[in-house]
Formats: sequence, C-alpha cells, structure tokens
Amino acid sequence: MSRAYRYSLNGSVLEPGALQLEAEHLSLRFGGVQALTEVGLVVRQGEVHAVIGPNGAGKTSLINAVSGLYRPQRGSIRLHADRVHELTRARPSKIARWGVARSFQNIELFRHMTVLENLLLGRHVHMRHNVFSALVYHGPAQRQEIRHRELVEEVIDFLELQPVRKRTVGTLPYGFQKRVELGRALCIQPALLMLDEPMAGMNAEETEDMARFILDVNELAGVTVVLIEHDMGVVMDISHRVTALDFGRVIADGTPAEVAADPAVVEAYLGVAA
Amino acid sequence: MIDPGTTFPKLLAALASEHPHGHALQEKRYGIWQTITWAEFDGRVRRFANGLAALGFVRGEVLAILGDNRPEWVIAELAGHALGGMSVGLYPDGVVDEVDHVVEHAGGRFVVAEDQEQVDKLIALRHAGRLRTVERIVYYDPHGLEEYDLGELLEFTEVERLGEEFAREHPGWLDGEIAEGRADDVAVLCTTSGTTAKPKLAMLSHANLLSMGASLMSLDPIRAGDEFVSFLPLAWIGEQMIAIACALQAGFALSFPESAATMRSDLREIGPRVMFSPPRIWQSLLSSVQVRLSDAGRLKRAVFGLGYAIGVRAADRRLHGRRLGPVLWAAHRVADAVALRPLRNQLGLVRLRRAYTGGAPLGPDVFRFFHAIGVNLKQIYGQTEICGIAVAHRDGDIRFNTVGVPIPGTELEVAANGEILLRSPAVFHGYFRNEQATGEALRDGWLHTGDAGYLEDDGHLVVIDRAKDVLEAHDGTLFSPAFIENKLKFSEHVEEAVVFGGRDRPIVTAMISIDPETVGAWAERKHLSYTTYTDLAQKAEVYDLIAQAVARANEDLPESVRVRRFVLLHKQLDADDEELTRTRKVRRGTINDRYGEIIGALYDAGSDAVTVLSMVTYQDGSQTEREITLRIASVDGVAPATESRGRVAIGARP
Repeated sequence: MSRAYRYSLNGSVLEPGALQLEAEHLSLRFGGVQALTEVGLVVRQGEVHAVIGPNGAGKTSLINAVSGLYRPQRGSIRLHADRVHELTRARPSKIARWGVARSFQNIELFRHMTVLENLLLGRHVHMRHNVFSALVYHGPAQRQEIRHRELVEEVIDFLELQPVRKRTVGTLPYGFQKRVELGRALCIQPALLMLDEPMAGMNAEETEDMARFILDVNELAGVTVVLIEHDMGVVMDISHRVTALDFGRVIADGTPAEVAADPAVVEAYLGVAA
Repeated sequence: MIDPGTTFPKLLAALASEHPHGHALQEKRYGIWQTITWAEFDGRVRRFANGLAALGFVRGEVLAILGDNRPEWVIAELAGHALGGMSVGLYPDGVVDEVDHVVEHAGGRFVVAEDQEQVDKLIALRHAGRLRTVERIVYYDPHGLEEYDLGELLEFTEVERLGEEFAREHPGWLDGEIAEGRADDVAVLCTTSGTTAKPKLAMLSHANLLSMGASLMSLDPIRAGDEFVSFLPLAWIGEQMIAIACALQAGFALSFPESAATMRSDLREIGPRVMFSPPRIWQSLLSSVQVRLSDAGRLKRAVFGLGYAIGVRAADRRLHGRRLGPVLWAAHRVADAVALRPLRNQLGLVRLRRAYTGGAPLGPDVFRFFHAIGVNLKQIYGQTEICGIAVAHRDGDIRFNTVGVPIPGTELEVAANGEILLRSPAVFHGYFRNEQATGEALRDGWLHTGDAGYLEDDGHLVVIDRAKDVLEAHDGTLFSPAFIENKLKFSEHVEEAVVFGGRDRPIVTAMISIDPETVGAWAERKHLSYTTYTDLAQKAEVYDLIAQAVARANEDLPESVRVRRFVLLHKQLDADDEELTRTRKVRRGTINDRYGEIIGALYDAGSDAVTVLSMVTYQDGSQTEREITLRIASVDGVAPATESRGRVAIGARP
C-alpha cells in the first residue's frame, strides 16, 4: 500500500548518459527561406537539453523536423531506442510510437474536452485493443482502460492537476493549460520529451512552477527533456546542456556557462559584439 | 464516566471485531474514493505498532507526526497509543522553527513525516545540529525521496513489513501491550495556540478526550454511518476531538480530501453530517457565496434575495424557540426548495445536521447567514487544556453573542476578577515538562482559562477576550481589542484587523489587512485596475471603502473606544511570518515589535503616510526586503457603510 507510483513515466530503455538523439548536417528549406543549415544536435538520456536562439533562429523548425512534421531536405536524425530509428523519413505517428513526445508553442489541446479526457488521449499510442474487444468493453478492453486511467491519475497527481481533473480545458487559466499539455505528453511515457516554449506568456510565479515541474519530470521521472526557451534565466538554471541557434545555424553548444560566455551568443542576443 | 480500562486502541479493536467491513477511513486516490474498513484500519495500526516496537519504541515514549490529513496520520497516532506512547501532532505548514520547538521540547526519537517537504524540514534541522533525540524518520509519501541516502529514513510500508515479522516472532505480544493501557495514560500531547509565547504541549489522557467526546455526543448524537470530512490539521485539538475522540466512540467514518485545493469539491462529494471549523472557514464560505452572487445574473440574485429574506425571518423565530406560523412555514418551504437548499448543496452542507464554530468569536452576521440558509451552526467554547469543548449552544437555544451553556459534566465559575474557571473530567493533566505553567493553569482541579467573561441570567456564558488583552481607554472605559477587531471583520472586505489603544494612547487605531478576494472582485466591478496585493491595498478608493466599514463598526461602540485612524497593511498577516498563530489568532507581541513604526505613525496626528521596510520570510526561511509607503487615513466625518456582511449584501449588487 505504498504511495509510490506504479508506473514509470520514462519510456527509454537506455542507461543515463547514453546517446539518445543524434542530428547531423540537417538542412531545411521552405522555398527561398533557409530555416536550418547544416544543424547538428546530440542529446543524451537523462539530460535537460535546451535549444535557444532569437526569434526565427530555427528552434521550432528543428523540433518539428525531429517529430516528423517537417521533412528536412538533407541530413539525418537518429533516435537510439531498442534499436536505431531514422526519423527524417518516418511519419509523425510512427515517431510518437517510438517514444518522442512534444508540446506546442500555441496550446494544441482539445478545448471542449476535460483535462482527464485530454490526458487519456495521450495514452492513444498505447491502446492495443481491437474494434471487437472495444465494442464488448468488458474483459480485456476494460482492464486496459483501468490501467490507462491509473497512469493518467498518477500524472494528475505528479502535476498537481487534481482540482481541475473534470474541468473543460478551454475554461482553464493559461498556466494550467500549459501544464495539461505537458501532462498529455507525459502520458505517452516518452523516451524523449520536447517542450516548445513551455513558459511563454507566463508570469514569474507560473514560470517558477513550470520550471519546477520540468525539473521533477527530469529528476524524479528520469525523462530526457529537450527544451526550447526564450527565457535565458530559466535555461541557465535548469539545463545540463545548451545549443544556441541563429539564422538556422548552430552558433554554440556546451554547458550553460560556456554558452552564456560565448561571444557569438552574446552578439546574437544583444545585436552587438560584446 | 469513562471505564478506567478504555483506551483508543481498545475501542478500535472492538469496532474491528463488531463491524469488520464497516467504513472507517476514506481517501480519494486515483480519482476515486477508496475505503479502509475497520478491520483493515485495525490491522494496519497493529502492523505499524509492531513495526515501531521492532525499531525500539517503548512505553511512555513520544511519537511526533508531521503531515497533512491522511490515513497514515491516524494509523501512526493509534499505533503509538497501542504501545502506551504519546502522540504529538505538528502543523504541516509550520516553518522549520516551529518543528524545531515542538520536537525538541517533546524529545521524541521517532518522527512520522508525510513527504519530501516535511522530511526536508527535519533534515535541515539535523544539519543545523538540532533534533539530536530523533533516531528514525518514517515517511509515507515516497515521491522525491528515492535518492535520499540517510540511515534514519524509513518508508511507512517498510515499518509495517517489519511489524509483520515482529508479530510472527512475538505472537500475542501486542495484545498484552494494548491490554496494559489505562484510560488515565497520557495519549495526546496537543500544542496550544501560543498567542503570546511558543506553543506549550498539553497532556491529554484517553479519559480526558473520551469523556469530552461522550459529553458532546450526549447532547448532539453522532451515529455510526455518519460522515465527517477531516480537512483541518490533525494537530489541532478540534480535529482530534471529532476525528479521534468521537469517531472511535461512535464508529463513524473519516474522509480525507485529495488535496487542499480540492477541499471544497471533496466536501460536496461526501456531504458530511457534522462539521467543526474555526470562524475563518465559515467566513471564507460566506465570502465565496458573496463573490459568486455578485457575479450572478439579475434573476438569480433576485430569487436568492427573496428566499434569503424568508430564511432570515424563519431563523430568527427558530433561534428564539418560537414556532413559524402557517404562512411563514409555507413560505419557508418554498424558499428552501428554490433558493436555500441549492446553496447548501453548492457548499456541500446539504446533509449537515450540526455544525460548530470555535477557537475565536464568529460575527453575528455570519452566524445569521448560516442559520438563514438552514445550517444549524453553534458556537462552542473551550481550550486545548479541556479537550476543546466545555461550553456549547444547545439546539433551539442559540444566541449570537454567547457561547452557550456548559456541556454535561462540566462545572463553570467566573472568578471575582472575571476569569472563567472550568472543571470536568476532560481537564488536562498539565503541560508536558513545564511545571510552572501547569501550576498557573491548574489549581485544585480547576482550569484557569485566562479568559475574561461573564454569565448571563439564563446561564449563557459570554466570553470577552483573553483577560490580559483587555485594555483601558484614556477615559477609563474597559474594552477588548478582539471585540472591536471582530466588529471590523464583519465587513467582507476586511480579512484581519489589529486594534491598538490603552491608557497612554489618546485614541483607538487599527491596522487592517484587506481580503484580496472580495476587494479584488469589488475593484473589478468598479473598473479599478491594480497589480499586486500591495498596490490594491494602497488605492485611495479602497481606503474610502474600508473607512466606511470602520465607520459602520464604530456605530455600535462607545465614543471613547471608536477607531479613529487606520492603516491598510501592504501584506496579509501570515502565520509563516509569526504574526498569527497556526490557528490564525493575532500575536500581539510580534505585531507590536514588527510594526512599531506604523503604530507610531498612527498616533502621530500630523502624519498621513509612513514608509516601512518590508521583510518577507518565505517557507524555506529565506528573506527579502523592500521599501513601501503606506497611507494613514482618518475615519472622522466618514459616513458608515449602509450594508453589512450578511444582511443587505446578499442578493444585492453593491
């Protein structure tokens, strides 16, 4: 009767520190706009890896390429799981099945459904019953449904969503909606969690809350996090490694302290050479 | 009379054998209410007790418990009692210093702490070289504690597992230990609220608590099958009283809310039959009704206003023991169906048979509101030292200005100096390791309460205030600051108030903190924009609003004790800043020390503002400082607010 969680939210089979995501020579072009040029990215299991850069630097393009929404013209993205997957030519649904979960910069939830229903949707990739057993419901489908609900309830507990469990998502304050989106990504039991500006538009208190939840996800649940963020303070506080982009190119890569001291990063952020 | 052999663990064992499948505890986990039966409850208490014994817990020892209300809390407490130990509860929101004081003073070797947050407080103290006596810390919520590498840390379920082994090796041993318990053994060390000093630990025996529970239930029976939601800290005597002393005698179930944030909806799902809460809970229920009503549509407000008016008339008659008469009876039935019962349902009070308020006075208007909507709310008076209840209202004999008459088995006298003296089987055994304080409070079996009061002709007790807080105005009039503060708090916009005055002060003044919820809603309706609490509190319009409320409170007061000047504080008074006790009583000493500058400015007739350095202490103990200018306003010539809490504001848009 321990209160410990029964389900691990970390879907990765790798040892901490092992190579998990490897992008090489990634180039992405929309007509005449060069979004990414020869971008490389290395993410290791158990890290919080931040991707920073000014507006239009290509941060979102990079994770859209990883999650399969964009097809890069050149380069490769390899995900290490039970075996090595090449992501550049896989469909988004396949990539999600391999354990890559993400949140979006603009909240992409089902506004007219409850928090609980939105989170259960995160379990979709793990639902295995066929049409027939789903129609019968009693038996295997019910047992599965109960297990999914248990995991969802643990995520609700983890992210302190109990007071809004049955509320319609559209009626919730912005900070809660962001947390629900994080929760839905966690329900996938991801191997790799990519968060696109999870603190955008938040006040100081909401930002601190979200930073704490991201740390919990990483430290307690052991999930690898790729974090796109504008707020340098947050990035420096919670990341293990930082990759800085500018005009679609990697301008720096290293520990937060190294990247913050890099002249190219300073110039990209302040517009002048320091 | 309580049988000298009765103890809590024996009562639990009896319930487990009589109603093994009856509901004992309920907790919402995984989004569903999960039941623990009496047999399971008893089984877990026995396992944990055996586990504690395996770890070396001995008779007479202290078990400290620190956490939110969960089944493990009461399981640990009763396991301690089963071994002949004493339990001491700590407030889960208490800062490190408070934990330090209580645990050091009690000198326990075993602490049961809920989760990482509470364990961190204990570890911080250990690193600072404190809590030398503590040998084991048992936690029941392991999240975040997986990485902690400390020998003294142990999970609750691990102790239960040790207990199973121990029970196999020592069959029947625990039964002997339980049988050895006597009703006169000290069971609970209950912290006093400590308005003036650090909390003391009152020693309460099984017999004390059981006799109080029996007396209360002889007046107001609670039956097996009734529901009670345990959401106030179990360290508080009021919660111990119902959740332990009454529940184990009557055999009713306790429900623990999922989290503090879901308390309201959990209350509604359970629908308790009995409730005991301090005034702040009732006030906040009323405030939430007022805020939601003022946001409701015209029709809803009109219907509720009408129903409420009928409710007030019916309540006034009933409280004076008079019959309603056929017209009012019929009107009240309709009003109840369309307006009052739906509101009770919204608040989760629809099944409530009786409700109690205690710990501090409750404003008459708040009282009237709850009676008008059909909640049988009664004032009780007591202290930790007499297990919480000594005096209470009887059904059908409720007066807002009194606290009722003594419960059965309680003798009451008012000493020549006006101090209230009490004697009953529930009077405590003394303060733990504090002979001097015990000698002052207990003389010849009488509990000297330190409260000033008087008896009305019909035997109802009126409590004025703490005897030492009663002040003399410059013209010699005696007055109680708490009385004036409560008058100020009748305004839904005032959250806390501290009144100053005395012989050497020419006028009476007040320091007020506004209620951010109600004032915020008011500001929104007035299209007044604001950023923070401090900004809102310093708006000229808010000052005008509060000045009217103060003028309204002044109307009923003698000329010399009327509040003439006031200041709105830049922050809410907070127990973390040691301005309030954990039961939200004002600590006058701390306030006088901390806000000396503000009090000085209140008495400097020429000044209309004061600049203060604000020091804020966070829960982790860190502090920040900033400079803030506060206005000081005069009430002279201000017209009193025409609406008071309860009567007019209900159903009308201010």
